[in-house]
This record gives sequence, C-alpha cells and structure tokens, in this order.
Amino acid sequence: MGSPHAVTVPHPLETRVLLRDHEGKDYTQLANYLARGGFGAWKKAVEMGRDKVHTEVRAANLRGRGGAGFPAGVKWGFLPKDGRPRYLAINADEGEPGTFKDRYFLEEDPFQMLEGILLTSWVIGAHACYVYVRGEFWRAIDVCERAIAELYQAGWLGKNIQGSGFDLDVYVHPGAGAYICGEETAMLESIEGKPGWPRLKPPFPANIGLFGMPTIVNNVETMACVPVIVNDGADAFNALGSPKNGGTKLVGVSGHVKRPGLYEVKMGTTMRAAIYELAGGILDDRELLCVIPGGSSCPFLTKDEIDVALDFDALKTIGSMFGTAGIVVMHDGTNMVEVLTRVAHFYKHESCGQCTPCRQGTGWLYAIAKRMGAGLAAAGDIDLLVSACNQIDGNTICAHGEAAAWPIRSIAQKFRPQLESAMRARMTASM
Amino acid sequence: MSEPSATSAAPLAFSADAKARIAGLLARYPQDRKQAALIPALYVAQDEFGWLKPEVMELVARELDVPLTAVLSTAMFYTMLKKQPLGRWHVQVCTNVSCYLRGCDGLMDVARQELGIGPGETTSDGLFTLSAVECLAACGMAPALQIGKKDHFNVSTDQMRQMLQDLKADARAHAPALAAAPTPLPSSGHTAPTAGPHG
Ligand SMILES: Cc1cc2nc3c(=O)[nH]c(=O)nc-3n(C[C@H](O)[C@H](O)[C@H](O)COP(=O)(O)O)c2cc1C
Ligand code: SF4
Repeated sequence: MGSPHAVTVPHPLETRVLLRDHEGKDYTQLANYLARGGFGAWKKAVEMGRDKVHTEVRAANLRGRGGAGFPAGVKWGFLPKDGRPRYLAINADEGEPGTFKDRYFLEEDPFQMLEGILLTSWVIGAHACYVYVRGEFWRAIDVCERAIAELYQAGWLGKNIQGSGFDLDVYVHPGAGAYICGEETAMLESIEGKPGWPRLKPPFPANIGLFGMPTIVNNVETMACVPVIVNDGADAFNALGSPKNGGTKLVGVSGHVKRPGLYEVKMGTTMRAAIYELAGGILDDRELLCVIPGGSSCPFLTKDEIDVALDFDALKTIGSMFGTAGIVVMHDGTNMVEVLTRVAHFYKHESCGQCTPCRQGTGWLYAIAKRMGAGLAAAGDIDLLVSACNQIDGNTICAHGEAAAWPIRSIAQKFRPQLESAMRARMTASM
Repeated sequence: MSEPSATSAAPLAFSADAKARIAGLLARYPQDRKQAALIPALYVAQDEFGWLKPEVMELVARELDVPLTAVLSTAMFYTMLKKQPLGRWHVQVCTNVSCYLRGCDGLMDVARQELGIGPGETTSDGLFTLSAVECLAACGMAPALQIGKKDHFNVSTDQMRQMLQDLKADARAHAPALAAAPTPLPSSGHTAPTAGPHG
C-alpha cells in the first residue's frame, strides 16, 4: 500500500512473520487477507478447542507488546470464573515517544490484529471487544472501521461466527489526544466516556475492568501474534525468539540513523545489530552517544550498553526495559539538555494530575531542564533532577510516574558530562 | 437536564445525519452506559458545529442523556476536544525527541515565518492554527506533522514552506472573502486556542 512505515525490501537480518509490506498487496482488503491464508488459525483453533489454544499461547511465551512484557497467556488465566460477562479491550493508543509499530497493523494489516481478537475473545469467552485507537490516527480509525464492517458482512463477526455458535462484536473507540489513556485503566475510563484518570490497582481489570466487568487488555501487536501461535504452534513461536520471549518483535528505529524505519527481528537480536545493520549505522558516520531502547519511558543506554539482546529480560538485567521496542538513537552531537527538556515536557504535559509526586514532580523536572537550557542552571541541578526522580518513583497511582522518573534519572546519571557541557555553553552564551 | 444558556438565538439542534451517527454510536455500548459514547459523540458535534461551545456541550448532554458535568469534565480533559475555535487548518508539528533529532525545529521556524504566528496561536484571518504537539507515532518518518486529519512524513523545510504557501494560495482562490476578511474570530490579533501545546 505504499506504506511509509516499513522498509519495503527486508534486511537479511530480519525475520518477517508479521510485516508484509514487501509483498506489495493491499491487506486492508479482506479478500487479500483470506488469499494469504488469513483466518486459517480460526479453523484450526476450533478443532483444537479453547483450552488447548490457551495452553499453546501460554507455552509460546507471548509477552505483551504494549510495554510491560507481561505474558499474555498468564494474564488471560486471571479472569475469574464467576459467570459475569467479559470484555476484551485492545490498546491501540500508541503514544509512547519513539513508538510507531501498532500503526502498521491499524493502517496496513488490520485483519492480522482482528483475527487475533477473534481468537482471543473466543478463548477468554468475551462477546464484545473495543479497540481503543488514539484520536490522531484518523486513517487507522477509518481502515479499522471498514475492516470490521467487512468482517460482519462476511460472517467473521456478529452472531454465530462461521457456524461456530460463537458471537462477537468488535467496535472501534477513538481516543482524543491523551497519552495517559494508553495506561490500561485510564483507557478503560476513557472508553466509559470519562477523563483518563488511571484507577488504583488492585482491583485489576481482569476482575473489575470495563463497565465493572472482567476485562483483558492487550496491545495490538500482541493480538497480531496470536494467529501465528495458533497456526505454527508454541514450539515454532518460541524458536523465533529467545528464552521466555517467544516470537519476533517489531522494532522501530528512529533518530540519528541512516535508515530509520520499522523492522522485524527475532527476539534476542542485539541492539548493536538493530542500530548498525538494520538501520545502517549512525547518521553522517558520527559516534553513537545514547539509545532509548523501547520508547522514552525506558532508562537510556550508553554506547557501551548496546550489546544487549533485544528481549524483555535482557534489557531488564541491565537496568532498562524493552518497552515498546521503539529504539531512538542519538549521536555525539546531540544536545542532551534539549533531549532532557523534551522528555520532561512530555511527561509533565501528559500527567493526569491525580498524584502529587507525578503532577508536581514532572513540573519540577521540566522547570529544571528549562533553566538548564536557558543558561540559568543552579549548581547541583543535576543532583536535584535525580532527587526529584527518586521522590516520584514508586509513589504514584500509575506507572506514568516511573515513566517520567526512570529515563530522566538515567540521563542525569549517565550523561552528566554532556549535560554539563551543554549547560556551560548556554551560560557563556547568555553572559 | 439543564436548559440551554444561549438565550437569544434559536436553540442548537443536530442535523438528521448527526443524530443518526450518534444513535449508531450509542448502539455500540451497553444500554445503561450511554456516557461511553461521549467522546465519539463529541467528535460528531465538532464536525457539525466546529468546536464545543457551551451550547454544543449542553446539546450533547441532552442527546446522550448524561449529566452536563460529565460532558464538561471529559471535554476539558482531552486536547482533541476543542474548547475554542481553531483555524481552518490546524498545523500540528511534532516536537518530541525523534522529530527533534530529525529537524522539527526547522519546520516550526518555517511555519512561524510563513504564518506569522507561533505555536498556540491562530492567524488573525482565522485560516491557520499552529501547534507544537507530542509524539504522533511516526518517529521512523520524522520529522512528522499533521495538517487537519492528514499526516505528512519526512517533511523537509522546503516541503513545509511549499505546503503552507499552497494552502494560503488555495484559501485565496477558493474563499477570497474569507481570506480577505479582517477576522472571523473574536480576536484582535492572535488567539491562543488552548493552554497546552497540543492546541
Ligand atoms: C503511561 C502509560 C502509557 C501506556 N501506553 C500504552 C500504549 O499506548 N499502548 C499499549 O499497548 N500499552 C500502553 N501501556 C501499557 C498498558 O498499561 C498495558 O500494560 C498494555 O496495554 C497491556 O497489553 P499487553 O499485555 O498486550 O502488552 C501504557 C502504560 C503506561 C503506564
Ligand atoms: S502517576 Fe501521574 S499520570 Fe498516573 S495517576 Fe498519578 S498523576 Fe496521573
């Protein structure tokens, strides 16, 4: 579809199971999806039965692709068996800076996600699913609405799907420009028509979720993986990844690289390979300075930390996160005060304001960053950043607090010389 | 639940088409959860009336049978729900990290020059609102921006200048009256559409 998202000729290092841009077909059309074997997983699943499919997803080590990497099969098992109606809610709020992967499915290959939604709903016994698409994704909303309409028409949604006796309704629900609505409980509030104020957990959505009912929240890419697992089996899915991290992963590389774009690799591929091979290395052949490994909520990495494997556990081991696999690369000419300022501004702007440490703390972080950039920094401001982050961390209702504190603390701790030289340059300039 | 506050003009009403769209939205949610249709219904209202002036929010409250306070608090929370009129073209330039690394500040400079306004402002002819926005999920295609509902990726400063000049020329060609009119907005110069940089 002439998508700008993926690189149309796969790199030799890629393993493409999900990305199909290079096929040059319009997969927003159901006929084309069916022609490539689409909805084959449904037929297979019905033969296997619900429990077997659930077991397979669990064994496949499908880690949630929304950022936290929680195993999807395990999460599905948290639903109480008490007869209340259940919902599936799909997180398509994609707002984490550095992340542009769900957009691919929503705009170019919606049926891959929708087949996953059908399978998941059937396994967990949900008869209604809401796909929460961020409001700025006008095209995605349009594509998904049409795809869903086509599925109703073809008997893949609605009552008695393909004669199975299973009923499912799927609806798009648009967001309206609030990053915090990507946090799962804020998203549920937003679907209910309320401000996106995250809920205190517990209770978790699996028990009290949308409209007070048991709800599973999963990410778009998580859904897209489900048909792959059903089709090829847990063993094959595990073989595509690293231990406890099944499957391939879409990685978006942006910033100072020669070939920014969306790539698909086996979990466990190294960060170095993603930067220097997939993305072609650093722009203008400069030196690497730092990397955000999975969206701006992750602690930044230095150039000495890029031999890490790309999976949820390996990045955790070195004190960061794989998050959304939105890799942002910065070269040695980058003004780290400017980066800090933009990161801080984002979390301040997107704080919902419920908790004092987050609401006030992100304001502080931004104010400190601003004065660093204005040449007005006070001695000890870098330490003050760290101390403010420490006071936010762990003291808030939702993980937005950590999402702000962790990356900023890492900038302050790992890139102090760069911050100092940028601050000095501003001070001399303003003298 | 409450009476319209507009006293003089005829009471606002939705078109038949908008009413049908809202009925379709309500059918997506449990019958006792009408508020769930609020955000999409507010988009319908924006399509119909341009922005969410108080009478419009009251109309939506009545149409969905939800308390006006609920409409107000939801409308206030979300940046894309417009509490003020915006220019005909809303130019939203991403200024987050990936776009910064790929030169979004240069695009913003071009926009300032071409439009004569800064982020958060609307041109006095009511044609353009400029906003600095957060990540548009287009980082691999940075720098990125949206004009109205359309995405623009990998935008160079030259392309930016051309796009804005084309829109201005288009406005002059198709709506000379509007382009020449002093100001259709209640504004003596620039209007700040919202407090936040999202605009
Ligand atoms: C501040 C914040 C923003 C988030 N934004 C998103 C998002 O845009 N998309 C997403 O899928 N998950 C996002 N998450 C994670 C969700 O809360 C949740 O973990 C995820 O949707 C679960 O799906 P998964 O298990 O399939 O990953 C966010 C979390 C936080 C704390
Ligand atoms: S941590 Fe921040 S975003 Fe999350 S609930 Fe508290 S104030 Fe809101």
